[in-house]
Amino acid sequence: MTRLMLLLSALTAVLFVASLAIGPAEASLAETLSALFQDDGTPLTLIMREIRLPRALLAVAIGASLGLAGAAMQGYLRNPLAEPGLIGVSSSAAFGAVLSLQTGFAATFALALPFSALSAALIGVLLVLALAGPRGASMTLILAGIAISAMAGALTSLALNLSPNPYAAHEIVFWMMGSLADRSMQHVTLAVPIMALGWLMLASLGRGLDALTLGEDAAASMGINLKRLRLMLVLGTSCVVGAATAVAGAIGFVGLVVPHMLRPFVGGRPSRLLWASAIGGAAMVLAADIAVRLVLPERDLKLGVVMALIGAPLFLHLIYKTRKELA
Amino acid sequence: MRRLTARSTSAFVRLSKLINVAVLAFAGTAAFAEAPKRVVSEDAPDRVVSMNVCTDQLAMLLADEGQLVSVSSLAYDRRTSAMVEEAQNYIPNTGRAEEVFLLEPDLVIAGTYTARAAVTMLERLGIKVVTIASASSLKDVRAGILEVGAALNQTERAEVLAAEFDAGLAALQADTAARKPRAALYGANGYTVGSQTLSGEMLVAAGFINIASEMGLTHGGTLPLELLALSAPEVVITSQPYPGASRSEAVPRHPVVARMQAQAVSTKIDDGDWLCGTPFVLRAIKTLAQQRETLKP
Repeated sequence: MTRLMLLLSALTAVLFVASLAIGPAEASLAETLSALFQDDGTPLTLIMREIRLPRALLAVAIGASLGLAGAAMQGYLRNPLAEPGLIGVSSSAAFGAVLSLQTGFAATFALALPFSALSAALIGVLLVLALAGPRGASMTLILAGIAISAMAGALTSLALNLSPNPYAAHEIVFWMMGSLADRSMQHVTLAVPIMALGWLMLASLGRGLDALTLGEDAAASMGINLKRLRLMLVLGTSCVVGAATAVAGAIGFVGLVVPHMLRPFVGGRPSRLLWASAIGGAAMVLAADIAVRLVLPERDLKLGVVMALIGAPLFLHLIYKTRKELA
Repeated sequence: MRRLTARSTSAFVRLSKLINVAVLAFAGTAAFAEAPKRVVSEDAPDRVVSMNVCTDQLAMLLADEGQLVSVSSLAYDRRTSAMVEEAQNYIPNTGRAEEVFLLEPDLVIAGTYTARAAVTMLERLGIKVVTIASASSLKDVRAGILEVGAALNQTERAEVLAAEFDAGLAALQADTAARKPRAALYGANGYTVGSQTLSGEMLVAAGFINIASEMGLTHGGTLPLELLALSAPEVVITSQPYPGASRSEAVPRHPVVARMQAQAVSTKIDDGDWLCGTPFVLRAIKTLAQQRETLKP
């Protein structure tokens, strides 16, 4: 267990440094790191502090958020297919963000943008839970997810179609696929406080989720307050997915791939999976964001595209495995 | 199918003639006693519709009173047009074939990139369409003026305007002996323009060195923020954002660009003067050259 933690943390640290060192402005690793810590008045310091550092920080925070949210939802619904992207929470959050940007609400107070995305994500989570029920059977869960995603996607496109901005059509791709390109420290300060709040809520779920593996009655008899558990899950997921989506668009599959890969190493214990998925998610998004910059550096490849290429085959595999239940 | 179209068209023409007659009767004879004194010659088009914001402005500059009927809706936006007040005298069109056809034009002026489907449709309906290529150099401005002039049968007026433009340009280029600061034109999505474009030539004419040329971008392309910061131009010229937020326009508003602009002179350009190959580019070059003079030597 601790070995897994150390391994994942080390991987994340290496990828974080790599993320800082890679970019169109070519400089050696030593140069970039010294420019980051020491303001030598060169443009490289500006690049490191205002472009690469926020990008790497956001990759870590967003990856941890999505990994954690995926692990928590899967633990609560006891279904490996429950993932914020697949069940429409991310697209709901994206709609909330687009709506608040287009109506100008995002400019009214500092945290208006993540707050709007959070509120829309909350509606998405509540809709999914209402439609899929507490046990979250795969069929209803996925159908509910498809319906909510389609609805939120259509509304996002509508809001952007009605925008007076000539670049709005271009935005649809960003909000549907997600990207970390050209983000700044402003976005870090905008998203991280709300994400941190969500992390605290989701991290507190461990014992309850462990108990829930024995069934709801058993969990209740062990003194787990299921109502409170559910409330924390809903609020926590909305916070992390809302804040992440508000600054980076809807990035899918992180919460599906990471818990799936790490589940065998934690002995299937949801409480351990929460932490492992958070660190694993950070590593995953860092790696995907490095891939975006290495594979097609000039074409602004979207982060969500890379994640979908990794995640969609796994999704198919999971459906194949659970097809008996689905039939 | 074809017969059906023909018949419905002729029915439509009959209907519109009927409306015209009704309007004539309604207007009474008083107004028509003073017949409009048109200087337009026999074969000159007298109901012209322009569908492109650049041809809009050239047509407004060159057409006789009453000769031009409608201009595109972009001509009413300060970000795209330098002739918003003048445009108030015309009917706006949004470039849909049906809408333009109902205006009964005898000539349509469109840009090369104007909604191709609508333009082809209008041609099929038997309306004369002249397409004018968008200017990609200062030389093209002169050509555009003459082309629109020829289409409107206002050749003389066009030649006068073109000569004025040449003289104005020559006068501007005469006083660019001073130090040439390095500058970048940085637009939405981090797009920068190279020297072989109208904006690129305008930048050079205003006495700047375009950093895109140093990077070998002749026409332009996406310049990552990092490379912009690394090349450290003295001036970063950005455009005014459109209403409604967009991530594309967030790129030239990134803190890095703001920091670079804070160090030097912040230059916001008046986009209406920049977008099209019209004589207004001279005004844009002049403004930019004045801003250059305020830079530290």
